[in-house]
Amino acid sequence: MFSSAVGVLFDGFAYGMLLFLLSVGLSVTLGMMNFVNLAHCTFAAVGGYCTVTVVNRLGWPFLAALPIAFVAGALLSVVLERLLFRRLYRASDLDQCLVTIGIAFMSIATFAWFYTTEPQSARPPAYLLGSVELMGRSFGIYRLFLTAVGLAITALLVYSLEYTRFGARVRAAVDNQRMARGLGIDVDRAFLFTFALGGGLAGLGGALAIEVIGLESTLPLSVILVYVLIVVAVGGLGSIRGSLVAAIVLGITDTAGKYYFPWLGAFLIYLVMVALLMWRPLGLFGKR
Amino acid sequence: MKKLLVAAAIAAAFGSAQAQQTVKIGMPLTLSGQFADAASQMLNGAKTYMKMHGDTVAGKKIEIITRDVGGPAPDVAKRLSQELVVRDGVDILAGYVLTPNAMAAGDVSAEAKKFMVVMNAATSVVITKSPYMIRTSVTLPQVMETFGTWAATKGGLKQSYTMVTDYGPGIDAEGAFQSAFKAAGGNIVGAVRFPVANPDFSAFVQRAKDIGPESIFIFIPGGAQPAALGKAMAERGIDKKKTRVLGSGETTAEAALKSMGDNALDIITAWHYDYTSKNPLNVKFVKEYQGVSGGRNPDFFSIGGYDGMHAIYEALKKTKGNTDAEALIGAAKGLKWESPRGPMMIDPETRDVVQNVYIRRVQKVGGELVNVPFETIPMVKDPAGERRKQAAAKK
Repeated sequence: MFSSAVGVLFDGFAYGMLLFLLSVGLSVTLGMMNFVNLAHCTFAAVGGYCTVTVVNRLGWPFLAALPIAFVAGALLSVVLERLLFRRLYRASDLDQCLVTIGIAFMSIATFAWFYTTEPQSARPPAYLLGSVELMGRSFGIYRLFLTAVGLAITALLVYSLEYTRFGARVRAAVDNQRMARGLGIDVDRAFLFTFALGGGLAGLGGALAIEVIGLESTLPLSVILVYVLIVVAVGGLGSIRGSLVAAIVLGITDTAGKYYFPWLGAFLIYLVMVALLMWRPLGLFGKR
Repeated sequence: MKKLLVAAAIAAAFGSAQAQQTVKIGMPLTLSGQFADAASQMLNGAKTYMKMHGDTVAGKKIEIITRDVGGPAPDVAKRLSQELVVRDGVDILAGYVLTPNAMAAGDVSAEAKKFMVVMNAATSVVITKSPYMIRTSVTLPQVMETFGTWAATKGGLKQSYTMVTDYGPGIDAEGAFQSAFKAAGGNIVGAVRFPVANPDFSAFVQRAKDIGPESIFIFIPGGAQPAALGKAMAERGIDKKKTRVLGSGETTAEAALKSMGDNALDIITAWHYDYTSKNPLNVKFVKEYQGVSGGRNPDFFSIGGYDGMHAIYEALKKTKGNTDAEALIGAAKGLKWESPRGPMMIDPETRDVVQNVYIRRVQKVGGELVNVPFETIPMVKDPAGERRKQAAAKK
């Protein structure tokens, strides 16, 4: 019983880390710019397809492909932000939803065109596969790796947002845009950087997710988008801490639900979401 | 429905007066959405047949008209089938990747009296929806009951834990495997159903591992999921020498094997087709297919489309080009042929597919992972269809 609980906690935590990487960008951009980007998982898919291309066609090592996936996600989000999204910051939520859903559909068709609708794979090196035995319980090495990457990224994010000048500007822009502008902070630039960061992290998440959930052209509008939106809603808009806690809670609930109550299936996370949002309608760490 | 009949009759008369020399085949397929890959593979199978055998049969030119259903949408499938019959004046309905779509379109075939060829939709009961329908794919009980019986007898397994996706075909496969396995003396030690959209399988696999059964039976739709499940099993360290892993052909399809890598070794599956078969007919088919599909290998959707076209061609030859549904179904009943998958037949009574079921094991052949068949169960009929027949006889 105890050992199975440890295993479930570990698996859920690692899965939560993956969800965190995929969703933190959306949470920040939604909170900062009030922009509903339903095409967020497109960045993840771009990261995933970049990894597949770099690893399978160019023969690069998997780990070297990860930064590329980050850059690809960041680049795409910058392009979209400059070309499309910035025109819509003041548009209604419905307009934003329609445009970004359209982009998600177009990206699905684009991926299917270039990579076919077949599921893709990019195998990590052998030392990241398999499992290690600890206290009579096996722990997946790739999940340990996911956890490590997730924690490292969290530390980096917290440091850069809490302790650097860039972070101070971003926080100022999130808390009070008009005041920040009045103080001479280049809010547009802060937005652009944040968008790039969010897109990049989603790209990295997409690359890391290939080994856990696979990669198909339909990823931008798959169940992963639902999970990402749940993380954002439960965590509270614009809160990194909120996204982290929500992703971990969600990952552990999902895994524990499937292990202990498989007949409830994936339903448990929705119950938890409803309960948490009834308790805190703005999300765990939401301010507005 | 009367209106539809009249309209169909007018359209048919109009169509035949206008284009005497063309046989139109209407194919409502899931060309976009989650099942787009299946539909394109099926369509390429049909096109490959036409490429290899010409587009004229019994003096008539064959023309395919496709429509996009977009996904599991029975209402859309029915409307599109109806439009194909009424507006485009098709003579034959064909295709149908998904069971709900085929079920809904069966009504159109029955009411408008159109010959219908189901090229996938594998739920047994589909075939009862129209007396003018044949199926050239596979039925779930055909493979899964056969597999359950095999596992408990020749497979030498006494215990199994079943893991299936929680949707129609998954539940059918679970029922078929469990009942056949138990009837042959096996014991089901537990069962679990995955949600249809399930990204991470680790918890389910961990649960199975903790129960420690002698074998695990899996049924899961194709796409990204088989690989995700296979990886979770490898990560959990399920030793396939101790715990046998059994599955349907989708579990170890080409893409799934590629992304699972060596983790897939020793998975045992039962299925009716694999593109690596050395059957000379198949070698030729695969080569032609790659030309049509731009390098992709065929899968079971492709072979369903290919053999569906074969059945249409052979039936048209027998009726000398007459597309009347009664004539075509009469000609199609009892058709026998050598397919790239092996020998097959359209059951003269149930109109369903009769074919070999192959038990295969994933092995490394020349550095590639391949489903190597090691046992053949010849000419299996759909057991559910046989039971329906007996029940009808009792009444």
